[in-house]
Amino acid sequence: MTEPMRVETDVLVIGSGAAGMYAAIEAARAGCNVFLLDRSLIGRGGATVMAQMTVAVALDDEAPDHWSLHYQDTLTAGRGLCNEALARLLTEEGPACIREMDAWGVGWARKDGKITSAFAPGHDRPRCVYVDFLRTGPAVSSTLRGVVNKAKSITRKGDLYVVDLIKAEGEVAGAVAWHIASGAPVTIFAKATIVATGGLTRLYRRNSASLNMGGDGYALCLRAGARLIDMEFVQFFPIGHLAPRLIGMDPIMWDPFRYKLGGKLLNNRGEEFTQDYGVAEDGKYIITRDVGTYAILKEVEAGRGSPHGGVFLSFQHVPEPKLREAFGPVIDRLAANGIDLTKQSVEVAPIAHYHMGGVQTDARMTTEIPGLLAAGEAVGGANGANRLSGNAITEALVFGRQAGRTAAGWVKAIGKVPTRPEAAQETLDLLAMDGPGHPPNTAEMLQSLQQTMAEDVGPLRSQSSLKRALVRIDELSHATGERPFGNGQAFDMVRLDWLDLRNMLTVARCVAQAALARTESRGAHQREDFPGMLPEWNVNQVIRLEDRRRLDIERAPASIAKAAAQ
Amino acid sequence: MTETATLSIWRGADKAAGHWETHQVPFERGQSVLDGLRWIRMHKDPTLAIRFSCINANACKECMMELDGETVYACTARLEPREMRLEPLSNKKLVRDLVTEIAPPVERFAAKDK
Repeated sequence: MTEPMRVETDVLVIGSGAAGMYAAIEAARAGCNVFLLDRSLIGRGGATVMAQMTVAVALDDEAPDHWSLHYQDTLTAGRGLCNEALARLLTEEGPACIREMDAWGVGWARKDGKITSAFAPGHDRPRCVYVDFLRTGPAVSSTLRGVVNKAKSITRKGDLYVVDLIKAEGEVAGAVAWHIASGAPVTIFAKATIVATGGLTRLYRRNSASLNMGGDGYALCLRAGARLIDMEFVQFFPIGHLAPRLIGMDPIMWDPFRYKLGGKLLNNRGEEFTQDYGVAEDGKYIITRDVGTYAILKEVEAGRGSPHGGVFLSFQHVPEPKLREAFGPVIDRLAANGIDLTKQSVEVAPIAHYHMGGVQTDARMTTEIPGLLAAGEAVGGANGANRLSGNAITEALVFGRQAGRTAAGWVKAIGKVPTRPEAAQETLDLLAMDGPGHPPNTAEMLQSLQQTMAEDVGPLRSQSSLKRALVRIDELSHATGERPFGNGQAFDMVRLDWLDLRNMLTVARCVAQAALARTESRGAHQREDFPGMLPEWNVNQVIRLEDRRRLDIERAPASIAKAAAQ
Repeated sequence: MTETATLSIWRGADKAAGHWETHQVPFERGQSVLDGLRWIRMHKDPTLAIRFSCINANACKECMMELDGETVYACTARLEPREMRLEPLSNKKLVRDLVTEIAPPVERFAAKDK
C-alpha cells in the first residue's frame, strides 16, 4: 500500500457548509492555520446551499424585536426539550452574524434601506431575513466562500472523505481521510477538530438535502466516544414538492411562496383540512412543521390524498401579477417545467429536511472528548423536538463562529501538533483492504435503507414499524460487513457507498432505537401507539457506543423542565 | 409498451483507453439524465462513476458532463426516449467515467499538500 499522505494543522474543519466555513474563518482570524475539507466540492454541497429563503434573527431593525423573544419562540417550538444554553447562543448571537454576513455582501433583501423580514410559522412576528429570489442558501455559501478564499491561513481541499477520527490517549488528534479523486489515504493531524458535516436527511428516500448529508459526522463522533442526543427527532418538511416532476428546483421551493402569498393546502375534495388538526390557516401560513406533517400524513391515510400520495398546494386564487411580483424569474422556471400556478395546483408531501438531534456539545461547541468540537446542524439540542423555520442557517453561522473561537483558544494552549501515526493505523489498514469479489449492489443497499427509514422510521412510527426497521438495518449491516467493498482506486463509487453504508447504518440504528425507546409523541416524533405527550418524557435521550458495537441510551433531564407549550 | 431511454456512456480511467457502454433505462416524462444515471447505478452497475451532490436543485453544480457533445448539468438535462451519448467533460482532467476534476486547482488535494 502507498504511504499515507500527511497533513498537519492547528484546526481541522470537516465539512464546508456555512458552519464549517464560518468556523474556519473565525479560527483563521484568531491566528490559526486551518485545514478545511469536504467530501465533495468546497462550499457547494451540504444543506446550506439548498436553503431557499428564511434565516431567523431578532434584528430589531425594521420592526421592534429582541433576541429573548426569538429565544422564547424557539423553546416553545422545541416542546420542552431544547438545550437552553444552545438556544440562547443561537438567538442572542444571531444578529451579530447576520450583520457580519451583511457587511460581507450577502445581499439580504431590503425595504427602505433596512433589512426586511418575512413572517414564518412559529415566530411571534416577522423575523426571517432572506435573499431574493429563493437565493438565500446559494448567497450565504458564495459569500462565505469569498471570505474563506481570501484568508491566507485557510487551506481548503475537496474530495476528502473522512473515514475515522484519530483518537489517542482519550483525545481526538485529527482524522484519517480517503482522497476520493485519487484513492490515496491521508492522515490529518490537528490540535482541534471541528465536525461540521450537517445532518442525516439522506437516510430517507425523499429528502431535501444533498447526497452528502448521510450523518457522517454523527458516526465519526460516536466511534470516537462522543455522545449523541435527541436522535429520534427528524424534522420533516411538510410541503416538499411531490408532483408533477420538476427538475432544476429544490423540493422545498414552495415554502417561500407560502411565506409571501399564503397559499392553500387542499385535500382531494378540494377542501382545506388543517383546521381539523387544530390550525385553521385562513389564507395565512401559520402551521408549524410538525403539525403540518402530521396533518398531511393523516389526510392521506384517510383516503383524501392526492394521486401521488400527498395533498394539493394551490395558489390559483392569487392573481398572476402578484405571483410574478413575489417570484419574478421563478415563475419562468416553473413554466419551463410545464407548471402554471394560475391554472393548476401542485402535489406536496412531507420530506426529510433537518435533524434536531446530533452531537452533544456545550455552548462553546465542545464535546466531552478533548480536541473534538462540532458545529451547525451536526450539533444536537438547540431546537429540541421541533425546529422553527429559519433557525438552521442562523445556527450554522453562530455555532460555526463559536466553534472556530473555542478551537482557537485551545490551539493557543497546545505547543505542537500531536502526531499519532500509530493511532491512525487501524483505519489505514481498513482502507488498504481489497473488497470481496462479488459484493452486493451498494447503490441498491443504500436505496433499501432509505426506503426502510421512510416507511418505518418516518414522522409516524410505532413499535412494530421500528422493530421491523431494526431487523432490516441488521440485515443490511450484515451484508455490509467489516471489509470495505471495491478496491479503493480513484473515484471508486462502490467503496464510497460502502463507507457511507458503514456510517448511515450506524446512524439509522441510533434514530430507530431512540424512537423505539421514547414511548410518547412529541414534536417531530409521533408514535401511533403512544399518541400523547407525557411529562415523564420531558427528558433528552443520550446515546453512546459501548464496546464499539452496542448503543447505550440514557435519559437526561431536559434543561428546561417546564411543560412544553402544547 | 413502456418507453426507454438508451444511455451510451463513456467508461474508463484513461482518456486514451476508454470504452462505451449502453444501458436501457425506463423512461418517464419529466425525468433528468441524472435520474437515468442513478437508475443504472441502483439496478445495473454501481461502479459507474458520477459526481453529484444536490440531486435535483441545480445548486451544487457538480454534475457537469457532455451530452451529445454539449456541456450540460445532468440534473437539468431532460431524459429523452432516444439514444443519448454521455461523456466526461473534454476540457477537464479525467478522473473516472463521467467524473472530471472540476474544482479550482487550489482546492484539489495533491501530494504537494503534505
